[in-house]
Amino acid sequence: MKKNIFLLTLICIALMFPSCKTVKPFQKSRINDAEMSLSSRKIEKYESNFLLYREGASGGNGGKTGGGCGCN
Amino acid sequence: MCLNASKAQTDSTKYRKLKVDEVNFITSYYHQNGQNSAVTGGIGSERLDDSGNAIDIQLSKFDRKNNKHTFGFELGVDVYSSASSDKIDPSTISSASSGDVRISPSASYLFENTKRNFTLGGGLSFSKEFDYTSVGTNVLFSKASKDKNTEFSAKASVFLDTWKVILPIELRPYSPNFKYRQEQSAPRNSYNLALGLSQVINPRLQMSILTDIGFQKGLLGTAYQRVYFADNGNKPYSEKLPDNRFKLPIGLRANYFLGDRFILRGFYRYYTDSWKLTAHTAELEVPYKITPFMSIAPFYRFYSQSGIEYFKPYKEHVLSDTYYTSDYDLSKFTSNLVGLNFRMTSADGILGIKALNTLELRYSYYKRSTSLTSHLITLALKFK
Repeated sequence: MKKNIFLLTLICIALMFPSCKTVKPFQKSRINDAEMSLSSRKIEKYESNFLLYREGASGGNGGKTGGGCGCN
Repeated sequence: MCLNASKAQTDSTKYRKLKVDEVNFITSYYHQNGQNSAVTGGIGSERLDDSGNAIDIQLSKFDRKNNKHTFGFELGVDVYSSASSDKIDPSTISSASSGDVRISPSASYLFENTKRNFTLGGGLSFSKEFDYTSVGTNVLFSKASKDKNTEFSAKASVFLDTWKVILPIELRPYSPNFKYRQEQSAPRNSYNLALGLSQVINPRLQMSILTDIGFQKGLLGTAYQRVYFADNGNKPYSEKLPDNRFKLPIGLRANYFLGDRFILRGFYRYYTDSWKLTAHTAELEVPYKITPFMSIAPFYRFYSQSGIEYFKPYKEHVLSDTYYTSDYDLSKFTSNLVGLNFRMTSADGILGIKALNTLELRYSYYKRSTSLTSHLITLALKFK
């Protein structure tokens, strides 16, 4: 299990970096679009909350990880 | 010279002034139904209705060194009614536990060094409902590269929570299998370390990887959730789970701007913990820009979990089991979530309200393979 997690993490990082180009500020008009943000939308707050209560998994998405509520 | 001195003073005053950046208001309605209530041992109605509301305000100012200071304040109020929690005492038509109000204020502070591209911050949170009180704190750090194409972040948080133990009515004042008595306080503490790395890959694609290493200790089960046994007739005990849990999720996000109007927002998460639960989550949201200021986004989420090793359905546990639960939230299942998100933004105001900058409406339908279904509708308004 630990070996699988380590391999998955390495693959994710390996996918991210080799194809990187240096992107200049004037090229970022699409990257800076509000809907390109890498965080969850504010409106997803209550959706994330009920999924935290109804499912056993949590975290890894910028949201709550189990404290602050009587949830999983 | 006098005019120049006056202008310089005005400029420095402008940079020090605290101003309101934005005010956000979110309101939601959630309705759920199912037939595996944990309060009644894994059978019975899971009907629940919840109205969630939150308002947050963000203020910022710049100091003389052009560093940015951001202050955030949020207040959440949730009101719920539940058919299953009403069954904690089934002899009453409607008990005090059939509904509740949860209040959750929080505050945060961020310091951004705009020259060296790093951010430091922290926050405090509080939450109170009829049987649960939470006090939380966090500190965070992030550092971006010079070209701002790469960013690393770390956030450490602690929640020192307290249960007021509520036992099923027939097990009061104490349950033989449970170390806490009725209305006794029990701790439930959570420690988390979130690490994130984001990268702009090219002018249309950016990705991030995020992990939340978590550890929980204390009363991790829910005292009023019943478990019935194959060898104990109709006499239940309170749910009993280990008093510690280690969690490790790893999430990967990728957003791609396709053509001139479509965005692909993808997310995958692998999760594992010390209770032997493993889970996979995959989401895809596709915003379509009707105009540069209006978009509609269908989304779909698939989830599957293996279930924890301590779960068994109604009357399948035996008294010799060390830990036991019939809470279907911790069982083996798959789920599907579908929905639609509508977003409109305008610097000149919306619906005749000049300060209303963004209006967003979101609906989602959730169906679990255990027969639980739910609907959620949310409205979010941003004022600037």
